[in-house]
Amino acid sequence: MLITEMKAKETLVSLTDGKKVFIINCEGCKEVHFPGKEAKEFQKELSEAGSVTGIITTDYICNPDNMKLRLSKHMAEIEAADAVLVFSCGVGVQTISAYLEDKPVYAACDTYPLPGFQGVTPLEYECDQCGECWLNLTGGICPITACSKSLVNGQCGGAKNGMCEVDNTMECGWERIHRRLAQIGRLDALKSPVRVRNFATDDEVSK
Amino acid sequence: MKITELFERGEFVVSAEVGPPKGCHVEQLLEEAKTYLSGVHAVNVTDNQSSVMRLGSLAMCKALKDEGLNPIFQLACRDRNRIALESDLLSAAMFGIDNVLCLTGDHTKLGDHPQAKPVFDLDSVSLLHTVAKLEEGEDLGGNKLVGEPPKFAKGAVVSPCSDSVDAQLAKMERKVAAGAEYFQTQAVFEPEKFIKFMEKAKQFGKPVQVGIIIPKSAGMVRFMNNNVAGIHVPDEMIEELKKDPEKTKAGVTGVEIAARIIKECKPYCQGVHIMALGWESKVPALLEAAGI
Repeated sequence: MLITEMKAKETLVSLTDGKKVFIINCEGCKEVHFPGKEAKEFQKELSEAGSVTGIITTDYICNPDNMKLRLSKHMAEIEAADAVLVFSCGVGVQTISAYLEDKPVYAACDTYPLPGFQGVTPLEYECDQCGECWLNLTGGICPITACSKSLVNGQCGGAKNGMCEVDNTMECGWERIHRRLAQIGRLDALKSPVRVRNFATDDEVSK
Repeated sequence: MKITELFERGEFVVSAEVGPPKGCHVEQLLEEAKTYLSGVHAVNVTDNQSSVMRLGSLAMCKALKDEGLNPIFQLACRDRNRIALESDLLSAAMFGIDNVLCLTGDHTKLGDHPQAKPVFDLDSVSLLHTVAKLEEGEDLGGNKLVGEPPKFAKGAVVSPCSDSVDAQLAKMERKVAAGAEYFQTQAVFEPEKFIKFMEKAKQFGKPVQVGIIIPKSAGMVRFMNNNVAGIHVPDEMIEELKKDPEKTKAGVTGVEIAARIIKECKPYCQGVHIMALGWESKVPALLEAAGI
């Protein structure tokens, strides 16, 4: 199982402040705990402030064909938004971010692991369930799974012709992140404070 | 002595690099370092370079310091978590080693222990941040250090001829923000690319030492072209090495090429860092040929 926990409200406000957003809720896998109540409350506040161009609640957005079909009826609302805010596990956010390549796509949740069945994902994008989702700082491309060293502060010196030093059939994850941040006009995300990973996902230790 | 003091004085800072042996005897390396590297300002000691297990960087730094050389302690994040990195930094400070070069490190898969677990608990940027925190008397866990905190000259690396130069510049900016005070670069064989890079890098206001490898033979540079990130040796240079009547065994052509690169880059940077890769004996001739 896994838990998707809504990020701190201040974090979400900092991402959406003054922007029009389109919201996607994914309640796909039964094995995933979804922060239904908190999500609804926050979305209500955003709607009342007039910042929402549309909200959909769907399932299995990690399946690209399904996701495209679900989003197809809402493209005008998505077009009207400055950013897309996704309430799902890390796989869902990555799938949408790859599809809406000119739009900032933000993760509203952190994903934590629990023992047991992991839900149904097509494995095209990986989520390590690290509990501190980085996708908002990296243009929706996961630095934990797309970088062989899981680096969170940028590219190492090991990329050769844009390919990873460990696997020359894999494009450097940070090369992709850099390109995408440029594409969505978010290169400023690279100027954020030093990032230090927190491996203590256990609540008692991390808080 | 902190290498940053030399930059502040406006010196063109020269450093060279040594790799500790795969074994516990360092007499030969010390002898070579004393003979050939006594004229440089500082000597880098690599930290299990290329993920190949060797004698430790810290121990070698201490041995060089005892011989009167000025070591730069290279510290990579591949083999140690944040506790071990911080502990080694305190150990270095205890020995009076006050130059540190913070690196992420090559992946374990590239080295001679591909089965090893790659750590990368921190990376080059968060390691620089950690050093800066220790200097303020606090560790990364937020706990106070006992007594006077350590003080290092904090160095970092950058790859100016990388084909991802914008991503490299963005990372360089993060390193500066995290506390990097000087930079050493990956080996440069294309001075025009380096000069272009420096035009953009000078905005960060930190001294940069151009990285130099003495090309040993056409075969060696072709290998680097195919396997080493951020290095491209142009065809004309390979031809030049091929034409060497002595087949570069004496290293004459290699030294000439390296000296030429240094001369071309010198007006645009604040120092040179020589990675001799076993050719430490050529360093004095190279510096002379480069007019340093």
